[in-house]
Amino acid sequence: MLTPVLSDNWDQIRSWQLASYQRSGGYDALRTALRMLPADVVTAVKDSGLRGRGGAGFPTGMKWSFIPQDNPKPKYLVVNADESEPGTCKDIPLMLASPHTLVEGVIISAYAIRANTAFIYVRGEVLHVIRRLQQAVVEAREAGFLGTNILGTGYDLDVIVHAGAGAYICGEETALLDSLEGRRGQPRLRPPFPAVAGLYGCPTVINNVESIASVPSIINNGADWFGSMGTEKSKGPTLYSLSGHVTRPGQYEAPMGITLRQLLELAGGIRDGHELKFWTPGGSSTPLLTAEHLDVPLDYEGVAGAGSLLGTKALQIFDETTCPVRATLRWTEFYKHESCGKCTPCREGTWWLVQILERLEAGQGDESDLEKLLDLSDNITGRSFCALADGATAPITSSIQHFKDDYLAHFTNGGCPFDPMLSTVFATAGATA
Amino acid sequence: MTIQANPPAGSEVERTDLVTVTIDDVEVKVPKNTLAIRAAEQIGVQIPRFCDHPLLDPVAACRQCLVEVVDAGNGRGMPKPQTSCSLTVADGMVIRTQISSPVADKAQQGQMEFLLINHPLDCPVCDKGGECPLQNQAMTNGRGESRFEGVKRTYPKPINISAQVLLDRERCVLCARCTRFSQQIAGDPFIELLERGALQQVGIYEKEPYESYFSGNAIQICPVGALTSAAYRFRSRPFDLVSVPSVAEHDASGSAIRVDYRRGKVMRRLAGDDAEVNEEWISDRDRFAFNYANTGDRLTHPLIREDGELRAASWPEALTFAAQKLTAAKGNAAVLTGGRLTLEDAYAYSKFARVALGTNDIDFRARPHSPEEADFLAAAVAGTGLGTTFADLEKAGSVLLVGFEPEEESPAVFLRLRKGVRKIGTKVFTVAPYASRGVEKLSGVVVQCSPGTEAAVLGDLRTTGEGGAAAQAALGSDSIIIVGERLATVQGGYSAALRLALDTGAQLVWIPRRAGDRGALEAGCLPGLLPGGRLVTDAAARVDLQAAWGVEHLPGTIGKDTDEIIAAAGSLQALVVAGVEIDDLPNPAAALAALAAAPFVVSFEVRNSQVTEHADVIFPVVPPAEKDGTFVNWEGRERPFPVVLKMPAAMPDVRALAALAQEMDSSLGFSTPAGAKKEFDELGRWDGDRAGEPTYQAGPALGAFDSTRLATWRMLIDDSRGNDGEPHLVATARRPVARISQTTAHRVGVHDGDELVVSTDAGSIRLPVAITVMTDNVVWLPANSADSHVRRSLHADHGSIVTIAGGNS
Repeated sequence: MLTPVLSDNWDQIRSWQLASYQRSGGYDALRTALRMLPADVVTAVKDSGLRGRGGAGFPTGMKWSFIPQDNPKPKYLVVNADESEPGTCKDIPLMLASPHTLVEGVIISAYAIRANTAFIYVRGEVLHVIRRLQQAVVEAREAGFLGTNILGTGYDLDVIVHAGAGAYICGEETALLDSLEGRRGQPRLRPPFPAVAGLYGCPTVINNVESIASVPSIINNGADWFGSMGTEKSKGPTLYSLSGHVTRPGQYEAPMGITLRQLLELAGGIRDGHELKFWTPGGSSTPLLTAEHLDVPLDYEGVAGAGSLLGTKALQIFDETTCPVRATLRWTEFYKHESCGKCTPCREGTWWLVQILERLEAGQGDESDLEKLLDLSDNITGRSFCALADGATAPITSSIQHFKDDYLAHFTNGGCPFDPMLSTVFATAGATA
Repeated sequence: MTIQANPPAGSEVERTDLVTVTIDDVEVKVPKNTLAIRAAEQIGVQIPRFCDHPLLDPVAACRQCLVEVVDAGNGRGMPKPQTSCSLTVADGMVIRTQISSPVADKAQQGQMEFLLINHPLDCPVCDKGGECPLQNQAMTNGRGESRFEGVKRTYPKPINISAQVLLDRERCVLCARCTRFSQQIAGDPFIELLERGALQQVGIYEKEPYESYFSGNAIQICPVGALTSAAYRFRSRPFDLVSVPSVAEHDASGSAIRVDYRRGKVMRRLAGDDAEVNEEWISDRDRFAFNYANTGDRLTHPLIREDGELRAASWPEALTFAAQKLTAAKGNAAVLTGGRLTLEDAYAYSKFARVALGTNDIDFRARPHSPEEADFLAAAVAGTGLGTTFADLEKAGSVLLVGFEPEEESPAVFLRLRKGVRKIGTKVFTVAPYASRGVEKLSGVVVQCSPGTEAAVLGDLRTTGEGGAAAQAALGSDSIIIVGERLATVQGGYSAALRLALDTGAQLVWIPRRAGDRGALEAGCLPGLLPGGRLVTDAAARVDLQAAWGVEHLPGTIGKDTDEIIAAAGSLQALVVAGVEIDDLPNPAAALAALAAAPFVVSFEVRNSQVTEHADVIFPVVPPAEKDGTFVNWEGRERPFPVVLKMPAAMPDVRALAALAQEMDSSLGFSTPAGAKKEFDELGRWDGDRAGEPTYQAGPALGAFDSTRLATWRMLIDDSRGNDGEPHLVATARRPVARISQTTAHRVGVHDGDELVVSTDAGSIRLPVAITVMTDNVVWLPANSADSHVRRSLHADHGSIVTIAGGNS
């Protein structure tokens, strides 16, 4: 059931070093790609059906083809490695275990869009990852994979690893560009889109780490091989990150369209003595699903059909000891803290939502507060400048939808009916709510 | 119903560029790329907004203007409500606003509710209460009751973001109008949004003060009461004020303003809205400097000097007294006028000099001037009507500035130039010793020039460094050459500018510093020029004027200019002075001596001054707020303004002069500004021969290599008496420094920040040194700032040779 491609070499000794990476076939794809025409690389990625792994699922090859090649300005490739979504943990393990997979992908992708400078914007808090990336770039440059006249082909590329300064909003691609330019990270008005006027006003492609890291395998094995995995519209293998009340949390690389039931089997099931209560399919900004969605295929279409979003495939698993009100409040506090402040609904809305949820968790509310929460969420979702606020309301609307009784129990109980200790990892095994 | 949107007056919209959109079931044709919020305005639909401003780039931050797009023009609707302030309309688009869409209406109400949760709702004590877009739109597009029951964000209040501007952070709705204005329009990006989330706030950069000549505009466009001015904070309520549209008197732009008064006192001034002139912006000086007439030195009744002492007199007594002396002096009297005069006042003085005093000894140039300048003005400016306009500045391919600092001398011109630079990439060049901050904000290129050699530089631009070569290459028929009044200090300057304009096909425009200068020129307040551009030496023009004025004779010889009048004061029998500040004159000491030497001095003044101290008769006249009149701006555009404060005993210069003429058995033929204007208009511009263009040669080459030339010009906010009574404004003045190049500093042995002594035989000025990238052997001083009164202390001017030394040597 597992299809390790990106994670295939993670168990190699010193997998993050060039020698180890090359022993498992690393940089072969680069040699192949540099013998191809850039346009043919774009076509290969298009044909593979690879869709953006950052959450939105936009076809990667199509994004590349939007770069106007008649524009005389320099083109840039920017890798979004600002992984900060609660629950999401795929890019950071990937860059930690095999940074060269990303670097190789960057070189091939930059070649495809004819960029001579590429940036990897890494979340600033993950210093160990930044170091490994920087080291990988140094190794690649010394090996002749970066710099001028790469492998004698006349192609030049410089890769710059840039550390962010700890703002979730900088994962939004235009805020990332502002931050990369040295400004305060806040999303930009579109149009113009980054493909036309992105970094420093030049045509820019921004891709997620996993998307770019998937490119070498496509070049090596071909579009057909890639398309042989996954579902009709969501192709290829991908990293699913399981966390929370699961026996063996971690990254599981499997074809698109696997179900949570299958993943839980691989991960040893829900922690002993407990049962699934709710889960997020792709990080905290995707609406919650419950046990009834165990057999939903985890691809873009399947999860959307269940009323949620595939997102980053960060499956946070919660068992019956978890208070959904408490979980929702924690997430909402996160969004309030990370709201950049640019637009009204996100800035003021999250400020307000937290205050209401705090009150509800303390048992000081009634059913009309739930209506208010839903109405405020309606005034936030789709009204804000960027998608951050849409994410902020997802846990609220979905938790009220699925767990209204738990909310109401807070009101009748005069406080939270759950024992928060029971949901911790140090709780006594087999404890019940 | 179909509505054809009217294009803004004066603009030419390509008819083929129209697209048809349907807003709330009304079809409207608008130019392509129109924003939906503007298109809705065309059919009278006001979509509520905060961050949107027609002159700022869209930001779509406040989300208040959400509308539903039922059809994007391609048959499909947009899934989410769109911000109409950032949505450009497409042909066939169908939009529904709050009027016809429950979705848009709920979205807007939702945003309004969010905006109010952290707003203090302290409207009863807020200056904005009563004229507040938040208050107004909360009423029209908000809920009656708030559902917010939580804790509001609060801050200590208020904080100063400059000496003049105060910020109440809890009132701020974070629309970013102020920061975008400062960045985009003024080019002073020293206020910015800081922090994030609900704690986002406007702040200042710790290392760079918010020094902007335009900060008042940020206050005015604040849609809530977050920004207030130290001058107006808590002074009055909007509904107690009476508003009168007027024109600013502090520079030659003729900016539209709105004057708000209460019980006979002006409380504040705001920028008016005039797309042709100042758009919606004015300088802080135009906004805040209006108290100068209320600082305790206002003249309230006529004064007569008796036994060396001034004593109060009635109007009839003072008029009789002055009339006797002036009648006796007929043919041997002179008139000096200054920059505060309106066109009507200037016309009255011009006619008074010719008809009542029988002289052409009249000059409005209370500043350094030259015969060449008078010739230039007669040939190229007077009586030419509306020439180059603000709109032309915005569209010019390139602009060459000579002896002119737009940000300091005419801020509205600066803003228009900057708009051109931002929008179409207008290239700005300046013939100057260094790039001032204003020029830097115009991305201007300096054509290096030692003061006094401007004529030589203009004559051979191509070989004057990289800047000169680039300027020469850029000048063409889409260019504008702007010359300032400082060029009068440079022999051959105006002649060279005229030649350059002729050679390149560029337009040439003269922009003086004072509001009254162009009007005084049109009115004939020059020794060689009569009203309407008529030449004193042109017999036909004189005959024309004699007929119009009903007089038998007008003096036909060119009179004395300001310098000559001052030099001859002792031999004149009488001197009439109006609106002249002695320290504005090239040599204040000589001017004071002249006043002392003149046998009889009549002063028409608003406040006590150095002139009134020497006057024998003083007539109190009124400031612009108490009279009506017209300023003619640098474009040649007439800018009429009405009386703001109706004072029963108000004596505008026109009225006082008319009474004096009558007492002298002469007559001006009018006694009110309106009457003067009517006669001036009937007179019309001279359509006969014009003066030939001056062809003065450039001055001699520079003196000894190690001599230091003085460069100097006035700052917008300086020790001008027009700023009196507004300490907060004066506190925003730029810190006076002496600028020299690194090489010059090395020669003198000073470092950045050291004290530099600049001296002449007359005196010295000590200021801290600012090492600047500039022409060597030049020192720049602010002309009239604190500790730097160049004319008074040094009797020197732009181009003078001075001595510089370290302060400790």
